[in-house]
Amino acid sequence: MDKAIKKVLFEPLVDNNPITLQILGICSALAVTTKLSTALTMSIALTLVVAASNFVISLMRKHVPTNIRIIVMMTVIASLVIVVDEFLKAYFFTISKDLSVFVGLIITNCIVLGRAEAFAMKNGPWDSFMDGIGNGLGYSLILMSVGVIRELFGSGTLFGVEIFTKVTAGGWYVPNGMLLLPPSAFFLIGFIIWGLRTWKTAQMEKRDYQIHQVHRTEVV
Amino acid sequence: MEHYLNIVISSVFIENLALAFFLGMCTFLAISKQIGTAFGLGVAVVAVQVITVPANNLLFQYFLKDGALAWMGFPNVDLSFLGLISYIGVIAAIVQILEMVLDRYVPALYNALGIFLPLITVNCAILGGTLFMVERDYTLGESVAYGFGSGLGWALAITLLAGIREKLKYSDVPDGLQGLGITFVIAGLMSLGFLGFSGIQL
Repeated sequence: MDKAIKKVLFEPLVDNNPITLQILGICSALAVTTKLSTALTMSIALTLVVAASNFVISLMRKHVPTNIRIIVMMTVIASLVIVVDEFLKAYFFTISKDLSVFVGLIITNCIVLGRAEAFAMKNGPWDSFMDGIGNGLGYSLILMSVGVIRELFGSGTLFGVEIFTKVTAGGWYVPNGMLLLPPSAFFLIGFIIWGLRTWKTAQMEKRDYQIHQVHRTEVV
Repeated sequence: MEHYLNIVISSVFIENLALAFFLGMCTFLAISKQIGTAFGLGVAVVAVQVITVPANNLLFQYFLKDGALAWMGFPNVDLSFLGLISYIGVIAAIVQILEMVLDRYVPALYNALGIFLPLITVNCAILGGTLFMVERDYTLGESVAYGFGSGLGWALAITLLAGIREKLKYSDVPDGLQGLGITFVIAGLMSLGFLGFSGIQL
């Protein structure tokens, strides 16, 4: 694999993560992470859709007039999402019920349109495909980390398999119900961003207003 | 009448699109730095939601639902698999029309909304509202109420968040948490507050 492709593929994992840095695709990241099985399904579905839509849109990029490009992109994306949705309904019905409207909402997941607009319109099909896979993986990474924490500490299981025996089943673990509620996802992603930005200081945002630092010589 | 009022109130507070279903999060977090712009965007979302949810409702009831084509003489046709693509088409078209109408007749509002209008097409709150309407099988009247209520709830949430963020500028936030990180935490706390409404039965 040559260097440019490698960069396109791995940069979105940490250095340019769609969720924590580009602020794209947050809605579904919060809503489907109470269980790992739904988080994994969503990750796979989204990665496939981004990669395929990037590929197709990149192939069409020279033939689409700029003023109708959004609606053309939406049509491509919507068709791909319908395929995924019907596939899930046919083969993974329970998971598809758990995900409810969120599979359909991949259409408006800003990662898909964002990458199509920012990358696929300017680059060749192969690079765009890799960029789609890379961004899908970056999204999946955050989704899976949040999913592991929420399912493990919220209900003591991973993929439905018991890891911590709960008190109600005669074990020792008192599940933290807060983690199953929607707000916990906000806190978890907030803290993941905090950790990531402390590690990669280049991603920190500048303050609008700097509090005056008092030097010790000023006090006296 | 009371029934419609219930739908409005429950979609504003109990089933708030932003804070209970996390829809429209990207814009919610990205465009909430100033109250002015946040409020403008909120108004635009209400307007679009009030038009698109009933429009999609008509589309669903008369074309896409299982057996809906009976009035045309095709009682056995089920086009519901075409739902997603038609809803997003309707939304994109209506946003485009709204943009042109505003540009022609209310240029002041058009300039104030600027880039946010086209962005509304990909705001998942709009498509989400339509999908919830389909899932709950609302009638036309109910869908107007639901569109208005859910738009209002989203507008309320983004305006509140912008208010908090404006004050937050002056506080000493740890470096890594600055900006997006602290916004997530605030949104989490707000969502926790709205969770208090969840037990209410109307």
